[in-house]
Amino acid sequence: MPNTPAPTVRLHAASLDYAGAPVFAALDLTLPAGQTTCLLGPSGVGKTSLLHLVAGLLPGAVGAAVDEHGRTVQGRVAYLAQQDLLLPWLSALDNVLLGSRLRGETVSPAATDQARDLLARVGLAGREGDRPGTLSGGMRQRVALARTLMEDRPIVLMDEPFSSLDAITRYDLQGLAAECLAGRTVLLVTHDPLEALRLGHRVLVMSGVPATLGDPLIPAGQPPRDPANAALLGLQADLLKTLSRAKARQDAHQP
Amino acid sequence: MKAWRALTIAGGLLLLWQALVSVTGVAAYILPGPLLVGRVFLDNAKLQLLIAHAVVTGSEIALGLVLGCLLGCVSAVLVASSPPVRRWLMPVLVVSQAIPVFALAPALVLWLGYGLLSKVAMATLIIYFPVTAAFFDGLRRTDPGWLDLARTMGGSRWRILRHVRIPAALPALSSGIRVATAVAPIGAIVGEWVGSSAGLGYLMLQSNARLQIDVMFAALLVLALMAVGLYFIVDAGLRRVLPWQAEDGGSRTEE
Repeated sequence: MPNTPAPTVRLHAASLDYAGAPVFAALDLTLPAGQTTCLLGPSGVGKTSLLHLVAGLLPGAVGAAVDEHGRTVQGRVAYLAQQDLLLPWLSALDNVLLGSRLRGETVSPAATDQARDLLARVGLAGREGDRPGTLSGGMRQRVALARTLMEDRPIVLMDEPFSSLDAITRYDLQGLAAECLAGRTVLLVTHDPLEALRLGHRVLVMSGVPATLGDPLIPAGQPPRDPANAALLGLQADLLKTLSRAKARQDAHQP
Repeated sequence: MKAWRALTIAGGLLLLWQALVSVTGVAAYILPGPLLVGRVFLDNAKLQLLIAHAVVTGSEIALGLVLGCLLGCVSAVLVASSPPVRRWLMPVLVVSQAIPVFALAPALVLWLGYGLLSKVAMATLIIYFPVTAAFFDGLRRTDPGWLDLARTMGGSRWRILRHVRIPAALPALSSGIRVATAVAPIGAIVGEWVGSSAGLGYLMLQSNARLQIDVMFAALLVLALMAVGLYFIVDAGLRRVLPWQAEDGGSRTEE
């Protein structure tokens, strides 16, 4: 659980143009407090842009994410991307401590101990001094997860964090992330319907030009769900069909 | 193995040189053979002379290299960190390179005298641009994912520059420094040719005028050895300081 209570995140009437054409217009998004919302959609529909908008990383867009009291969520957001974004010149431990450095805080022994504990929690005890170049893709994404946890933000935005990993590593890391991020308000952008169904309290499909969000799909039970569940597999088949139609419409729209 | 290869190449070149002299029967005052030039190093007085002048040229190159690299780094950071500075300084930089250093040499000797100073200035000038350009390029091409991450962590512009952009640009800077190391001797020698009272360039001109062709070639040989030696020292130093640069540190952002 995070130190500060996880807020509900709201985005109202958000708009973004790219190269003169609207990516999305008057889009509303709600991320319920302490829950994981998964965002699916065909490539290029604007999922990453929407995530960047929530993170406050999109200066050209209209709309800003606020909490239930209307206050900005900036400064309360941690970001985990598809690329691990580890700095290759820093050790795993120093990568986990990067946030403190960037804020100009002195790194206390307590903070260092906490970073070590987090690395141990993601299964990297003993690798603290290793540079990212010597770690495997899965290990690197584990360090990135530890770095995200070190930030201890109530809101976590993840952009396909597991998509470059092999199936088994991905499965393990999904479980670990769900466990570590429980209780936070999470937005997970993904290509993989099964991943969304496994990890999301709610699943949203983004489609169309300009893009809109479909009605939320709320699978039964609490995440992380068992991927062998028959109901889940049925939902996955439905989602695949929806996504396939969305992609066809998207392709038809390309000049 | 590496040393063995270097020795083989050096030996091969010497053999080729001797073969050229023997086959063409060219006069010793046009091209003396390696044995004749080698004899210069056995003559104590001539060796002392060579060493004295080599020390002068060596210090010109080294001082120019240090000064040019420092100036280049400072300019690159200034240009990269402030758009107004970029708009004012970039044209100046380009103009400074549009005038060939060779054309400036007489003026520099006139202003700074026949001594060390004008040669150091020449070497600095010739080094300055490749270092600035390479480092600036590196600073401009920071992985946007790293910048997004650093912004969500709450890093200020200056701290992002210091902890992310500058370290990320060091491999680019090191290529700039390698180029600079290779061209630094040109600056020093051009300076010595235009007007000097010491240095290997001066010695070459003097011995050429006095038909001491063996000394001239010995000076050339010493210069070549110095340049190659300097390059290898700098190269090894840079590899030591930047052990991560062989690894792929970059990553892409999607959508």
